[in-house]
Amino acid sequence: MALLGKLTWDAIPFDQPIVMGTSVVIAVAIVGLVLLITVKRWWSYLWNEWLTSVDHKRIGVMYVILALVMLVRGFADAIMMRMQLALAAGGAQGYLPPEHYDQIFSAHGTIMIFFVAMPFVIGLMNFAVPLQLGIRDVAFPVLNNVSLWLTAAGVLLVNLSLFVGEFARTGWLAYPPLSEIAYSPGVGVDYYLWSLQISGLGTLLSGINLTTTILKMRAPGMKYSRMPVFCWTALASNLLIVAAFPILTATFAMLLLDRYCGFHFFTNEAGGNPMMYINLIWIWGHPEVYILILPAFGVFSEVVATFSGKPLFGYRSMVMATMAICVLSFVVWLHHFFTMGASANVNAFFGVATMIIAVPTGVKIFNWLFTMYGGRIRFTVPMYWTIGFIVTFVIGGMTGVLMAVPPADFVLHNSLFLIAHFHNTAIGGVVFGVLAGYTYWFPKAFGFTLNERLGKLIFWCWFLGFYLAFMPLYALGLMGATRRMQHYSELSWKPWMMVALCGAVLIFLGIALTVVQLIVSIRQRNRHRDRTGDIWAARTLEWSIPSPPPAWNFARLPLVDSTDAFWVAKQRANEGAQTPADAYTAVHLPRNNPTGIFLAFFAVIFGFAMIWHIWWLAAIGIVGALSVFLMQAWRPEEETEISAEEIAAYEQRTARGAT
Amino acid sequence: MTSAELTPGVGDDAVPLSERGPAPKRVVVGFGFWLFLLSDIILFAGLFATYAVLSDAVAGGPSGPTLFDRSRVFTETLCLLVSSVTCGFGLLAIQRRHAMLAYVWMFATFVLGALFLKQEIAEFSAMVALGAGPTRSAFLSSFYTLVGTHGIHVTAGLAWLLGMIAQLLTLGFAPMVQRRFFCFALFWHALDIVWIGVFTVVYLGAH
Repeated sequence: MALLGKLTWDAIPFDQPIVMGTSVVIAVAIVGLVLLITVKRWWSYLWNEWLTSVDHKRIGVMYVILALVMLVRGFADAIMMRMQLALAAGGAQGYLPPEHYDQIFSAHGTIMIFFVAMPFVIGLMNFAVPLQLGIRDVAFPVLNNVSLWLTAAGVLLVNLSLFVGEFARTGWLAYPPLSEIAYSPGVGVDYYLWSLQISGLGTLLSGINLTTTILKMRAPGMKYSRMPVFCWTALASNLLIVAAFPILTATFAMLLLDRYCGFHFFTNEAGGNPMMYINLIWIWGHPEVYILILPAFGVFSEVVATFSGKPLFGYRSMVMATMAICVLSFVVWLHHFFTMGASANVNAFFGVATMIIAVPTGVKIFNWLFTMYGGRIRFTVPMYWTIGFIVTFVIGGMTGVLMAVPPADFVLHNSLFLIAHFHNTAIGGVVFGVLAGYTYWFPKAFGFTLNERLGKLIFWCWFLGFYLAFMPLYALGLMGATRRMQHYSELSWKPWMMVALCGAVLIFLGIALTVVQLIVSIRQRNRHRDRTGDIWAARTLEWSIPSPPPAWNFARLPLVDSTDAFWVAKQRANEGAQTPADAYTAVHLPRNNPTGIFLAFFAVIFGFAMIWHIWWLAAIGIVGALSVFLMQAWRPEEETEISAEEIAAYEQRTARGAT
Repeated sequence: MTSAELTPGVGDDAVPLSERGPAPKRVVVGFGFWLFLLSDIILFAGLFATYAVLSDAVAGGPSGPTLFDRSRVFTETLCLLVSSVTCGFGLLAIQRRHAMLAYVWMFATFVLGALFLKQEIAEFSAMVALGAGPTRSAFLSSFYTLVGTHGIHVTAGLAWLLGMIAQLLTLGFAPMVQRRFFCFALFWHALDIVWIGVFTVVYLGAH
């Protein structure tokens, strides 16, 4: 047995210029960043204030940064596919060989779902939920940091596959028997499985954390019927995480046993059942769709109420619809494979259940419309995203209901029509939602707004880019084009593919402008300061405190007596008098903690070692992680005390009139 | 929106539970651990479902009734169930800060858990010796994974118990230690519940 397992120099793809070029650029960027931090002496600031921080706001920001970086990676995969398909018609073969193309579409789906959408949504929830609940942190602050770093460990492993070895060629859900060792003997599927197992653990812990926070930590007076809608959708989403992610863990564990130990869960021989994998993975996978979209619905609800200057129309029906979707999301998984060959009755059940989900979703759409009706609408960037979402998501929802009809699905299954449908909901729903949330809460996080003009430009790039890129895919799907297709001989498809490429270029502009917007906004920050803490004239508690909020969030826990608690307080404006300094009490906050980053370090070592069959290194990873765990177990509960005087002084300094 | 600290009534029983503000740490930790246990039980649900689907897929190899020794499984089960009782007494002793009793009950729990594990390992090695290892058929893959995952949980529980004994020795009855032992007790009882499922579905249900 070789000391380094399966790892040899052959694992570095020297013969592939695209991969090597990308790797060099990434390496140069990382070295440059490290040098910059070293020269500027930022390490101790970075380590103490961010990397080991247990402050939910900073952890939320780090999640969002992670998501934005990975969006670039995932989009690079996307535009490579679009370019390949714009070229590879008829006699032309394009520039990507099939084995490379297969890795790209697998990486694109995996990255976009697990390492863009998930961290973005979790980041927004981490940032906003405790503020909206009127509390000082999540239930388990140290665990929150561990979750972040386990997610980052998964990200690191996925990106490592670019340079060392290969990624899966199996599609983003790694269906067996293709993903079994007999047909995928390389390390690609192992990269996929270990990175998702590690980051999945982080997601589960985050789900437990936020669910506990919402159910057990609300400010005094905030009964369930006074919770902001974003918190409700976060609750639904995190309940789904707790209920669905263990299934993913179990399923991947079985596939790992098949691949590493010769078990027969999903193999073709010895009684294995590949269709069982597909059932299991979608029992996780369909709730996952709602884990992502429900918080986006929550963002739109906050945005639409704020910028219409009205309370959300139908608060109760919104909550009921959210929880209905939460439950129903568990009884529709089979619609992802109507073609499995289940009986007509089974398919009918899942078809009807799928269509029923359209009802609560429709309720939500009407609630948002009626909130705008009669309101004084301010057309800010978050509002652009919201209106763009309503239009786009309705189209995506309708094509979804269309495919919920089993006979129609037999025709459309695995066609580009399906690809168009789920991008229609994923981009039109989740991406628009998180970008709306990013713009909406950015001033709360940093104390200044993002550039408005560039924000609108970004919206139009994404909005038009989406339609150009994906409407042709609906047509192509109806014409018979399938997904995961590296080359086609039907020349009449080519013009549609060219249009789709134009759409992708437009989206590229949108992403590039997001970077520009960030830089421009930071440079112009003094012109766009949020000095009131309530820059949008909003309704919920996070706007009642300064921007950016102090580490302790609320000097005194607010007492909530209504939905839209902050709005009601502003209307009453009955608290104009300064709070006397002795009204404050000292606050205890947990100290920063390096456990998460050390655990993730050993998790990466363990994952890498398992992928390459370097057993001794895997043992080191496990022993290391256990040692970190034990050290944390004996670490006294350290807290810093922030004195009442300090809080009083801060409150005076940031006095914001009557709140 | 006024300040909670200044408002009378908060913390009184007159205020509904949902409006009393953040729960004390003891409650929050227990609740969070409950959620973790629920997620763990869902993981087992996935393994149970898999076992149910594959239990007939013996691929010409041995089936359950020819392999399982119900009397051994019965004593195994007794060990685990009684260990839950001793664990409960241990929790009471810790809550009453009675060090001697706490150590006795924790030790008893450890011994019973270890006995359970010993019998499970004996069962597995006897089956493997007969040529009925996990790679023989899909049925056996799912059997070893379901029962073995429970066994790994018991092993982790034993390691945790040793850790708790060490924490009690070094840190005494600190609130942190009490909370952790409460979580351990929940964990240990949950393993019983899962085992009752295993006993029923796998061993009694073998046909």
